[in-house]
This record gives sequence, C-alpha cells and structure tokens, in this order.
Amino acid sequence: MLKAENILFKVGDKILLHETSVAFEENRFHVIMGPNGAGKSTLLKLLAGSEKPSGGKIFFHEKEINQFSRKELATVRAVLSQHYNITFPISSNDMVMMGRYPYFTTVPSKEDKEICKKATAVMQAEELMNRDYNTLSGGETQKIQMSRILAQIWNSENNQNKILFLDEPVSHLDMKYQNQLLRVAKEMCQKNITVIAILHDINLSLNYADRILLMKQGRIEYEINDQQEITVPVIKDVFDVDSKIIDPGNGHRPIIVF
Amino acid sequence: MNKLSFRFYYISLSILLLVSLIVSTRVGAVDISFQDIISFFGHKLGFIPDNNPNSIPQALFFQIRLPRVILCAFVGAALSVSGALMQAMFRNPIVEPGLVGTSSGAALGAAFVFVMGKTISGPFADFIGPFMLPFFAFLGGLIATLLVYRLSSVFGKTNVNTMLLAGIAVNALASGGTGFFSYIARDPQARSITFWNLGTLSGADWPAVELVGISTTAGILICLRYSKALNALLLGETEAGYLGINTEKLKMRIILINTFIVAMATSIVGVIGFIGLIVPHLLRMMKSSDNRFLIIASALLGAILLNMADMVSRVIVAPSEFPIGIITAFVGAPVFLFILIRNSRKQQQGGFYA
Repeated sequence: MLKAENILFKVGDKILLHETSVAFEENRFHVIMGPNGAGKSTLLKLLAGSEKPSGGKIFFHEKEINQFSRKELATVRAVLSQHYNITFPISSNDMVMMGRYPYFTTVPSKEDKEICKKATAVMQAEELMNRDYNTLSGGETQKIQMSRILAQIWNSENNQNKILFLDEPVSHLDMKYQNQLLRVAKEMCQKNITVIAILHDINLSLNYADRILLMKQGRIEYEINDQQEITVPVIKDVFDVDSKIIDPGNGHRPIIVF
Repeated sequence: MNKLSFRFYYISLSILLLVSLIVSTRVGAVDISFQDIISFFGHKLGFIPDNNPNSIPQALFFQIRLPRVILCAFVGAALSVSGALMQAMFRNPIVEPGLVGTSSGAALGAAFVFVMGKTISGPFADFIGPFMLPFFAFLGGLIATLLVYRLSSVFGKTNVNTMLLAGIAVNALASGGTGFFSYIARDPQARSITFWNLGTLSGADWPAVELVGISTTAGILICLRYSKALNALLLGETEAGYLGINTEKLKMRIILINTFIVAMATSIVGVIGFIGLIVPHLLRMMKSSDNRFLIIASALLGAILLNMADMVSRVIVAPSEFPIGIITAFVGAPVFLFILIRNSRKQQQGGFYA
C-alpha cells in the first residue's frame, strides 16, 4: 500500500538514510524503533512526503507520492508530532477544526463539525473543547492534537485507505495517556487506517505493534513480525544495551527488562 | 475567550470608525462645526444652494481636512493589517512593520526618489515620474524585510532575539540612508524628509488617498484568502505542510502583499511605528487569534486608533502640528515592553513563546 523503493536521503555529504526499500501493509500497526540519530524521523518525513528523498521513489496506492498534490496528500495522511509550539491563544475547538482545513474554504460544513465531534469523542477530549489550548497540560494538548489528526483523516465511508504517522507521540506522556493514545491508534487500524509510529519504549511497542522495524545508523537492520524474533543479541546490536527477556507464558507478550 | 460573535465586533468597530472619522474632520487648526460639515456636503452634492462656493472653510475642508482624515484611516488600516500578517508569519506577537525594517526600508526608497528622482528619470520624468515613488518605496521595504527575515529564520525557526537585532541593524542602516539623502538634498523641501522617521499626515491630498486607499483595500482583500493558511502556520511550518499548505509560497506571498501595503502608506506619510504592534495584540486579547478576524478587525481598529492619534497631533500644539509618530511611539513603546516582559517571563516558566 505504502512502498518505498531504494530511497536514500543525504544532507550535503552526510547520509542520513542509506538506500532502503520497505513496504507497509495496510491496516496494520507498524512501529519504527532505534537509537537517537538512527534515521527514524528522516524515514518518517520521507514517507509522509514532507521531505523529498535524494534518490528512489515512494508509492502510495501504486501512485508515486510526488504525483499527489499537497491538498490530496493532506486528505489521505496525517502526522502527529512530538510536541507543538503554539504562540497565540486558541481554543481547543479551533485547534481540532484545523484538521478539517483541507476540506473547506472559509466556513466549515456541518459534516466537518460532526467529524470533529466524533474525533474528540474517540479521544475522550470533549470536556477540553471550550478551553484555551495554551492552558492545557502536556497530556491534554496531545489529546487535542490527536483529535485534530484523526479529524484530518477521518474515514466516514471506509472508502479509501489512509495513513496515520505518529512521530514519538507518547514520549512525554504519562502511562495512562500513552496507552490511551496508542489504543486509539490501534483501533484506527480497523477503520481502514494504517499506522506508522516511531516509539522509544520497546514494551509499549511489543504491546501494540503488528510489526517492528529496528533502525541503526541510517539503515533498517531488523524486521520483527513475530514477538519471538526479539532476542537479547538483537537488542544489544541495535541499542547497545544489555537486556533480559521474560516470557510470562500463556500467550502473553514477552517483557523486556534492562 | 468571550462569547460575543465576530459580527458584533465588526459592527461595533465600524460604528466607532464612522464616529471617529466624523469627529476628526471637525477638529484641527481651524474648527469646523458639524453644521458646516453637513452644509459643505450639501453644497458639493447640490442639495443646498451654494452662495459662496469658494469659501475658505469649505476649501480647507475638502482640500485638506477630509483627504487627511481618510488617508489616516487607510494608513492605520494598512499598518495594523501588516502587523497582523507579520505576527502570523513570524509566529510571534512582537513583530510589526516598524520593527522588522519594512517601514524604514520603504522610507529610504521614497527618500531616494525625492532627492535623486529628477536626476535618474531625466527626460522621461513625466512618464515614469508618478510610478517611481511607489516602486522604490516597495523595493526598499522588500529588501529590508527579506534581509531581516532571512537573518532571523535559520533552521526553519524564527529566532526572536536575532530578529530584533537584525531589525535594529536594518532600521539603523535605512534611517542612516534616509539621513544621507536629506543631507545631500539641495531642494530645501526635500531636506524635510527627516520628518519621515517620525511620520506625518500633513502631505495628505486626494492622489495620496487614492494610492493608499487602493493599495490597502486590494492588499486586505487578497490576504483574506490566506487567513486559513496563516492559522495553520500557528502549528509550525512542517505541520502546516501536513495540512496541505505550501508554506514557502505562502510566506513569499505574504511578504509581498505586506510590503506592498506598508510601502505605499510609508511613501506618503513616513514611518509610523507601533500601531501595527498594538492593534492585533488588543484584538487577540479581546476575542480571537483567528487571522480572518484579525485582518478585518485590525483594519477597522487600526483606522480608528490612528485617527485618534492624528486628532491629538493636530490639537495639542495647534495651530502647528505634532509628528504623529511621536504619539504612537509614546503609547506603543510601553505596550511593546509590556508584551516583551510578559513573553520572557512565560519563556522562563517553560512556555512556548521562544
């Protein structure tokens, strides 16, 4: 569905992403992991179309990504960033409505408002809606941003597959918000939405991911489709950390301790 | 955020603008009563028979007072809308055309034409003469704005400190240039271009009203199309891009429109500072940061406030007049400092105003 062929990315002489080919099957939860500077964000930016690869091609539904107009792209994929710097006062309502900007010119339609309402309901953010965004806590602002992102790619008719990119979405959220946000993302996979997320917590990843890509020094080194493939040497190789894997049995996912 | 609708603000600001326009046509070196004003219009429109068509008060009203008041309203609108646009673009509440060099660059361009215009246009003076002033004012304003913008936006993020410092340097350079032209000017009238650093509306006439009126109205109508995109810019440039906005194109267009309206106004009235800073800020505090609202309401409130400032400038030292830039600076600079202090305090608390 989303496919990268021989893409690479360099700034000047420095190669941030070595030649890589990778495909993302639809309606699954893909997680990208790796140490800092491994090229995770670079890969995500290329896939999301905000940076152009120095070489290679990216296809979305068999159509090259640079054949899409910015506006078309905005209706089929959305990106949640780690955090946002909002300089001016704005209500949470207006913030979520921004997700519908690609769909209306001056005044939002009834449908736009309806979708915003549904998106905030999914995120359980209704009681925050009339507040000033800048007075919210970190976890609450991320809830609002996630609502905005969901409103942007809301699949009313399940007509077309869409992509949700999450760039370290939970790095500074507490456990409750982390799980809530990832659970919602996971639910979206049932609504014809493919999730591609960068995460740092390996146990969270094991909990939600259908597939984990492990990156190191600008390359995808491992592709984990089965939780059993995560081994101590793999973790040592990628993260340079000694770990122990605990298998609780009974089909529970393994727990990794450092 | 209060519940009063956008429409309520538009209507009340429009009424206030009308009142301030009427009141300010009255006062000045020569006091004109409301009855006089009504009869002047009656004469002009032919409702009231005109026994003395060339009376001095009537001539004064139509040739000096009325164009000045209307020009003032357009200039106030232009500078305030420019402030709203720049603040949205730089994603920072302390930007305005006077601070980032647009105004002083435009003033330099205009001073250049005043002093050197006859020399460079030569035999074609009649033909290109009228276009030279707006053209060079625009060019000067554009170069100054781009310079400050490029210097302050390294790595895609606008650094406020660098922006203010770059603004100081560019402003100093531009006003130095303006000073240089006023020094070498032979024409005694051109020597008075020093007034430009303080601004004055005394040069108002109908051609000036036409120039600034048309440029400001056109500029505002065009930039309303970009208000949604400017809202999205609040998220950051990359994030606005994810919403389908071509941010590079947007910024370039906003800089062009903005420089155009500021340069046209500045080429006539000189540098009037701080009005573009205060007006959008007040509106944001009163109601909303939505740029569509800010653009429309800034035009109205800017026209009102500059009109009031001009009224003061005409009254306090009548029959002579006080440079309007001094008044806007006296009111605006403290407000600027207030915003600056509040922002740096927020920054210390880990806020996002950086």
